Amino acid sequence: MKKASPHFIKENYKFILFVSGMSVKSLRAIENIRKIGTDYFNDNFDLQIIDISKDQAAASKHQIVAIPSLVKESPDPRRVIVGDLSDTTRVLKILEITE
Amino acid sequence: MSTSSKTKKHASSVFKFPKTPTGVEGLDEITEGGLPKGRPTLVCGGAGCGKTLLSMQFLIKGITEFNEPGVFMSFEEPSADLFINVKSLGFDLERLSSEKKLVIDHVRVERSEIEEAGEYDLDGLFIRLEYAINKVKAKRVVLDTLESLFSGLDNQAILRAELRRLFHWLKEKGVTAIITGERGEATLTRQGLEEYVSDCVILLDHRVIEQVSTRRLRIVKYRGSTHGTNEYPFLIDENGISVLPITSLKLDNEVSSDVVSTGVPGLNEMFKSGGFYRGSNILISGTAGTAKTTIAAYFANEQCRKKERVLYFAFEESPQQLIRNMRSIGLDLEPHVKKGYLQIHSSRPSLNGLELHLLTLRKLIKEFNPTTVVIDPISNLITVGSDHEVRSMLVRLIDMLKINNITAMFTSLSKQTEHIRPDLGEESVSSLVDTWLTVRDIEGVGERNRGIYIIKSRGVGHSNQVREFVITDDGIRLLDVEFGPNGILTGAARKTSELNKKIAALKLQNELDRKDREIYRKRKVLEANIDALKNEFESVEEELSILKATEDLHARLATNNTSNLKKKK
Repeated sequence: MKKASPHFIKENYKFILFVSGMSVKSLRAIENIRKIGTDYFNDNFDLQIIDISKDQAAASKHQIVAIPSLVKESPDPRRVIVGDLSDTTRVLKILEITE
Repeated sequence: MSTSSKTKKHASSVFKFPKTPTGVEGLDEITEGGLPKGRPTLVCGGAGCGKTLLSMQFLIKGITEFNEPGVFMSFEEPSADLFINVKSLGFDLERLSSEKKLVIDHVRVERSEIEEAGEYDLDGLFIRLEYAINKVKAKRVVLDTLESLFSGLDNQAILRAELRRLFHWLKEKGVTAIITGERGEATLTRQGLEEYVSDCVILLDHRVIEQVSTRRLRIVKYRGSTHGTNEYPFLIDENGISVLPITSLKLDNEVSSDVVSTGVPGLNEMFKSGGFYRGSNILISGTAGTAKTTIAAYFANEQCRKKERVLYFAFEESPQQLIRNMRSIGLDLEPHVKKGYLQIHSSRPSLNGLELHLLTLRKLIKEFNPTTVVIDPISNLITVGSDHEVRSMLVRLIDMLKINNITAMFTSLSKQTEHIRPDLGEESVSSLVDTWLTVRDIEGVGERNRGIYIIKSRGVGHSNQVREFVITDDGIRLLDVEFGPNGILTGAARKTSELNKKIAALKLQNELDRKDREIYRKRKVLEANIDALKNEFESVEEELSILKATEDLHARLATNNTSNLKKKK
């Protein structure tokens, strides 16, 4: 992995990560997004984690089908990344964050 | 297969396979009770074939008729659209969901929004489903076009594994589920969902044949249960879907031994029973202008007179026209219409497809509840569909009428043939009807006469004669049989024969009178002779008695003389 980027993203990013209980994939996703946050946002971003096994209504409210799902609420456009986010390069590409 | 199905059949006779009635008219009949209880059923078919409606009806009927709450998970139409779409069919989803009987969850999988990075599962879907099921304690679940997931998500391996898990999970939940799927090229569904759902698969189809569209339903498989295997036409109308079983699976309707009069003077006598059996069906076939309609109207009239309800389907005439035409032969149907015993329903056969005709018939029969139905003529329907379709429709119609113990009379126009037997086209119907009358023209010596005869009548002894009938201003009348040297006589030949008979009778009477007179004269002569002889006899007798007296006198005188002589001595 690369060292932390010289310039961190300044924009106000807002993410919601949907997980389901303590499943392996969910835990891995939490870990991965945290790492991305540290590496590229300098922890300067808004991350909300919703466990749909506890908050069941949230799943249909946010149109969640696959778990884990990372929803980028802002900035526009809204994006949904499904999967455990282990493919960092792909995640960054989807988020249009250049290294 | 054979052994397993045998054992299953055996088992099902002991234990009844648990089923969930769908509430869709006719479908429960075909599936012998409904969908497999607590298991998923796959409903597949092309676009616009009624998958969503069928599953929606399954849910709504479940709520309204069987008190089983439901969950509708739509992967296609946003909920608001769905509300409107089914509202036009009379289903008020808003009310049901506000009553906590129904949950509608629209699952939107937007291809443009979603990207994949790493492994995932469909827990979100499971949780949403579970949440919805628990919310209303649903017994029925519909997943409408689950396959949309495949267009939203890329990883097929994950999807397939998850779907397998989903179906398993649904079974564990014990909900009766319908999963719909779009029909694929070579497979039942595009994504091969039939691999996962193995309990019951229903295929819907929408075909257009000769500009007439027909929807069909077929049960491809139904594990552990017997079911109707045919393709069944179904209809979508303002009450939703109704499936029309081609034939009822059994022929076990109750039969009546009541006899209903034919209404035509003289026709009753041709049947030993004195008429038709109630609940039987009668076909009157004949060429054009042989008074089929008249006979049918007479029959209808007779039933109305007995205060029975008659439903008359006229495919050729409007009600007013029919009434007017019948009035011309002294048959007034109007009072029956006014009193509500007779309902005449006219429509062009080409107005709609056969299935809709059948549906109209069914509906009117349900509404009006008649004891007698007349369809005049059924042959016109052939213009709407193929022979096969017409036949299958008629079978269903006749079944329906029989089940309701309705006496039905059909007229059928047959082509002019040389044979007295009607043409083959009618044979499609012939095996279905109980009584078959034929009216036909009997041509000869420059005139046309009408003859009627009975081809068959199940369970009733009947005349084998061709009877002539006439239609006058006073109506229809069967004439007495007139035999000639070459069989039964009709028309002018009948009249000639009648005249000849009259002359012969007159001649005979004259002869008899002459003979009588001769005998009288002979007797007179005889009597005169007897008198003469008597006189003769009397004179001879007299002579004899004179002789005898003289003899006596002589004798006495002689004795006197001898005694006198003795005294003198």
